[in-house]
Amino acid sequence: MTIEATRDSVVTEPTGLRSLPKHEPSSAPTIHPVWVRVTHWINAIAMLVMIGSGWEIYNASPLFPITFPRSITLGSWLAGALLWHFAAMWVLAVNGLVYLVLGLLTGRFRRKLLPIRPGEVIADAYAALEGRLAHDDLSVYNAVQKLLYLGVIIAGIVIVASGLSIWKPVQLQELTALFGGYDAARFVHFFAMAAIVGFLVIHVVMAFVVPRSLRAMIIGR
Amino acid sequence: MPRLRKAIPGVDPKLLIKDAAKLLPDPTRRLFLRGGASLGALAFLSGCDIIDGPSAEKALMHISYFNDRAQAWLFNPNRLAPTYPESAITRPFPFNAYYPISDVPEVDGEDYALEVGGLVDDKKTWTLKELYALPEETQITRHICVEGWSAIGKWSGVRLSEFLQRVGADTRAKYVWFRCAEGYHTSIDMATALHPQTQMTFKFDGEILPAKYGFPMKVRIPTKLGFKNPKHVMEMAVINNWNPGYWEEQGYNWFSGS
Repeated sequence: MTIEATRDSVVTEPTGLRSLPKHEPSSAPTIHPVWVRVTHWINAIAMLVMIGSGWEIYNASPLFPITFPRSITLGSWLAGALLWHFAAMWVLAVNGLVYLVLGLLTGRFRRKLLPIRPGEVIADAYAALEGRLAHDDLSVYNAVQKLLYLGVIIAGIVIVASGLSIWKPVQLQELTALFGGYDAARFVHFFAMAAIVGFLVIHVVMAFVVPRSLRAMIIGR
Repeated sequence: MPRLRKAIPGVDPKLLIKDAAKLLPDPTRRLFLRGGASLGALAFLSGCDIIDGPSAEKALMHISYFNDRAQAWLFNPNRLAPTYPESAITRPFPFNAYYPISDVPEVDGEDYALEVGGLVDDKKTWTLKELYALPEETQITRHICVEGWSAIGKWSGVRLSEFLQRVGADTRAKYVWFRCAEGYHTSIDMATALHPQTQMTFKFDGEILPAKYGFPMKVRIPTKLGFKNPKHVMEMAVINNWNPGYWEEQGYNWFSGS
């Protein structure tokens, strides 16, 4: 157990609860504080709505010779998908902002995600592929996890910023210019979605491989 | 005015018709929540019944009205849409409508008389000759479609704000409403109507507006999505009552600002 994890457990777990028999002893410290769990699940729902409706919006004017089957999109047609997209965007953005501010202020990002050393990432990636990577202590991320979690946070920021520049290419024209103009921002928005969906696939698979990690994101331990 | 029937190079007419059909309101497509309930997202958006489609649809529409207000707040009346050099013009400029190009309405320029109504002092109709005599400005701006694609075009005509001033419009009114030859209609907020780049357009790329681009008059609004830029405008009115428009009544966001 790391010092950080111990500190987490001291801060977030009321000592009085430890005497209750149905609660596990201090060997199961809080891995994810309440704010992480709440923002995680709100984000999960908002992301699914944004991705599903985004695919339907994409279909109206595809960037590549592929479209998404309507059976897996949300909104049934362009107008419906846009209604979903521009509703869930508020949830995604506000929840994401709360998560980022708390992650920075509490020092959680710094403690959990840094430093990321390329050598460790390569070593851990090999170990993961060979099935040798242990997940004994869920409160400490391996180098591949650190890279992916930091990467998806950055993809989240990019997808919101590129989305704003597509939504408001006149009012927020400086932001749109930052992405290389309106048309380029659409590609950035698409690739950020692809990165997030790619992360999501690995993330969900890993939750099944290590079910304790799913439990930790629900009850905290 | 000869109707343009020849194919536009680079644009597949079949695809265009497909695009238009895709946007057509279809009773089954109105059930745009189908498939959505399975995501379990309805519960938190509508705050009630997960399988009750109409109530969730209503909730989504309420968020869309909230988004109208958010966009009106974000709209800066002095913020100009980016302009481009002649070399950036998209050639050929795409035709887009909810009907195929063969169904483009043909308006007789000789008989044309723009009706001006609602909260204006002077309700006279305007002939093309009178409209063409108004001070002309040219803009090269990006047209952005609600579908996502964009194209840069060159439009010339008179500022709508200039025209509204000439007809003695009550600019404290909320909306300007437009009716088009084919029955299309839409409305915009007064702030956008008074924006310096909002234009009553009579020319495209230096030529009299061809039928496919909205002869005899289009309203060009570079701060709004393409469907808020009506073509073949026959009538305009300054109003205070809510009269959203053809696509808006199908569920598209009313403000649709860029």
